[in-house]
Amino acid sequence: MNLTLKIWRQEGPDAKGQMQTVEARDIPEEASFLEMLDIVNERIIEEGGDPVQFDHDCREGICGTCSLTINGVPHGPDNGVTTCQLHMRKFRDGDTIWIEPFRAKAFPVVRDLVVDRSAFDRIIAAGGYISVRTGSAPDANGLPIEKDHADQSFDAATCIGCGACVAACPNASPMLFVGAKASHLNLLPQGKPELDIRVLAMVRQMDAEGFGNCTNHYECEGVCPKEISADVIARLNREYACASVKEGVA
Amino acid sequence: MALDAKIPSGPLQDKWAKHKRDSKLINPANKRKFTIIIVGSGLAGGAAAATLSELGYKVKCFCYQDSPRRAHSIAAQGGINAAKNYQNDGDSVYRLFYDTLKGGDFRSREGNVYRLAEVSVNIIDQCVAQGVPFAREYGGLLANRSFGGAQVSRTFYARGQTGQQLLLGCYQALEKEVHNGGVQMYPRTEMLDMVVVDGHAKGIVVRDMQTGEISSHAGDAVLLATGGYGNVFFLSTNAKGCNVTAAYRAHKRGAYFSNPCYTQIHPTCIPVSGDYQSKLTLMSESLRNDGRIWVPKKAEDAKKNPNDIPDSDRDYYLERKYPSFGNLSPRDIASRSAKEVCDEGRGVGPGGRGVYLDFRDAINRLGEDAIRNRYGNLFQMYAKITGENPYKAPMRIYPAVHYTMGGLWVDYNLMSNLPGLHVLGEANFSDHGANRLGASALMQGLADGYFVIPVTLAVYLAGQKPGAVTTDAPEFKAVEEEVRTRTKTFLDIKGKRSVDSFHRELGLLLWDKCGMARNKAGLEEALKKIPEIREEFWQNLRVPGNGTNLNQELEKAGRVADFMEFGELMCRDALDREESCGGHFREEHQFTEADPEVKSGTTQPGEAKRHDDKFAYASAWEYAGKDKPPVLHKEELVFDTVKPSVRSYQ
Repeated sequence: MNLTLKIWRQEGPDAKGQMQTVEARDIPEEASFLEMLDIVNERIIEEGGDPVQFDHDCREGICGTCSLTINGVPHGPDNGVTTCQLHMRKFRDGDTIWIEPFRAKAFPVVRDLVVDRSAFDRIIAAGGYISVRTGSAPDANGLPIEKDHADQSFDAATCIGCGACVAACPNASPMLFVGAKASHLNLLPQGKPELDIRVLAMVRQMDAEGFGNCTNHYECEGVCPKEISADVIARLNREYACASVKEGVA
Repeated sequence: MALDAKIPSGPLQDKWAKHKRDSKLINPANKRKFTIIIVGSGLAGGAAAATLSELGYKVKCFCYQDSPRRAHSIAAQGGINAAKNYQNDGDSVYRLFYDTLKGGDFRSREGNVYRLAEVSVNIIDQCVAQGVPFAREYGGLLANRSFGGAQVSRTFYARGQTGQQLLLGCYQALEKEVHNGGVQMYPRTEMLDMVVVDGHAKGIVVRDMQTGEISSHAGDAVLLATGGYGNVFFLSTNAKGCNVTAAYRAHKRGAYFSNPCYTQIHPTCIPVSGDYQSKLTLMSESLRNDGRIWVPKKAEDAKKNPNDIPDSDRDYYLERKYPSFGNLSPRDIASRSAKEVCDEGRGVGPGGRGVYLDFRDAINRLGEDAIRNRYGNLFQMYAKITGENPYKAPMRIYPAVHYTMGGLWVDYNLMSNLPGLHVLGEANFSDHGANRLGASALMQGLADGYFVIPVTLAVYLAGQKPGAVTTDAPEFKAVEEEVRTRTKTFLDIKGKRSVDSFHRELGLLLWDKCGMARNKAGLEEALKKIPEIREEFWQNLRVPGNGTNLNQELEKAGRVADFMEFGELMCRDALDREESCGGHFREEHQFTEADPEVKSGTTQPGEAKRHDDKFAYASAWEYAGKDKPPVLHKEELVFDTVKPSVRSYQ
């Protein structure tokens, strides 16, 4: 198939960017979206141009590195997949496809389609963990966990930290990401002791990074490649409110 | 130089306890004065970084990804082994040790493997305490399943994403230490060389992948946890960025490289569909718990709709050849069997390089919902990639490069022959012999990082004066200069071909000559052709742009340049090893009807034939300089507890 691509090009973090039109020719429909870009880049290199820089690594939808906004939608038109799992059979011969980075103030562009998502690491560092020193753990079966709780925690733990939730949100809010981590840990008995300080610290870090807040658009839920439910945001709000009150009283 | 593995004396089951008891300690006030450089942030590197920081060491951790959470450990699907015996099915530390040693075709060290089995139980405890959501039963206790090469259920799992959940536990522990100030994290930073001062590894030279800045970092010890070299084949299940550069640069600075020819070809991957393909996708081995592998008995049925082929015309070849292990035969055996049936013309799908993995019987027995619960995300992944529905028609699978058992040589302390350099996880060679069993990679990475290196690193550090070497040492300036020159060279060639085109060419050659089956003529041909490809690479490469901003072509060029040299070492090792063992199958060395083991029914014609009298050693290659053949050293493997036997899974 033949396609017309409109791609965001930007030399560096401080450079001014613009859309560039690139023709993609002879693309097999079995190819993945990123393989389509590989073919395009291969040709650009042969013709002496500068290939398009884009983030990717595992190419099987689990590492969370790939990050394109395709036709205005983070990770493109297919549901429940990352960009690397999107295949060209979802497009038609002759289509024009718009390819942009994940846009958010807290995700500055590094080059072309590559953005800096280190703000997510800092949110986790603020409190997204259970403090247990290596070697100090009790026997793994010492604490039975209700299967329902374990499963709900797991659903939240499937977040791959790609940042599509932020890119889709009109407020650039990472509440789905933060809520998913909070639910993952807070639903487990091991996570209870640090529940309050965890949610307070993560939300404060999220604000400090320049992300917006949730105003219930739920675009995040719609684009999440792991289909994490916006319920985690509701739970986070409740936990945050309780923790704030307790903090005020103490 | 004689290779001393430094295995503690005494009975096998007491070695690790004795070693811990006898090892030197560093007092807490002194730990702060030591800086430890860790390259790689996957299960091994991340676990080591978090744990060493908890102990009080100053840690600098580097990764090429934009976040440590994205290391390729994340892609492991199936599970992690541990000798917990929660199932009461007769498992024990000894049995896990024995299965792993036998699974590795008796080409690994007894002492290391026993220690691995021993600490496996602590790993599960640690991960559960971190909040890793392993699968549970309704009673709230942990669930288990079986993996290849074992007849007990000792594999703990988290749906089809065990690696992700374990890595998140590890990453969160790492970020906790970043927050506490013990770990300085350097993402998007690639190690391009190692610095040796007075015969000790004391630092690295890195490139900031966003700004192109090249800089040096000094430390009291260097830990490489940089994964395997499977991407030398271009197509593999590895992430696109996985590379051998850190390990190979260390090798060129004096570290021995062991058993590079031991590569694992995973039997259950989605087949190649075209020459545009950039990577291969694994379907977890856990699928073989419920899926049955078959091809048509007759070649003429290969093009038929599989659902129209009656059972009587199907050949469930693993169940037929290995009745006691069946579809759960080890990876090397399952892969070779798939190649055999495809070579016979019975392969299915486009190109005839595929076999069926069929869930029909399991769905009839357990219902579609039960199967969806167990493997839902894997089935979804298959459907997305192939556009086919695996609940209705069998999956098509074919073997693909997955893991590399070879790696830098290390002793029992995980230290290389080069003092100060320690190597963890897939990057070292020590625990899996010639073939790794499923669910053992996660176990080894975490064992090395959480439980082994925190003890054994002190053995080295106790003899070192902290902070004695800084980046002011002339050795750093010299290596930095070499790195700058090399980077500039890539940009200055200004030829016609892309990095990928060379990488594909090298990969195809290696897959053909040094893949699932190898022979002398093919390896010699590869050894002749690789230098030719390399020669053209350095003449005709095109790397656009400059070195002062994010430049992915430049990053790839450095990695592929090292693969070009490493591929040669791999073939050389494969040529030297005149036997078949595990993932290394030399066509000249297989059982035939004439062998007594075949006559007695112990094994079958076509199975791998080891030669313990000549090859019960780990190779350790020493770099001898440009255009000089590497020097082979041998570490003889000593088996005090287990007598190596013909590896039978019948």
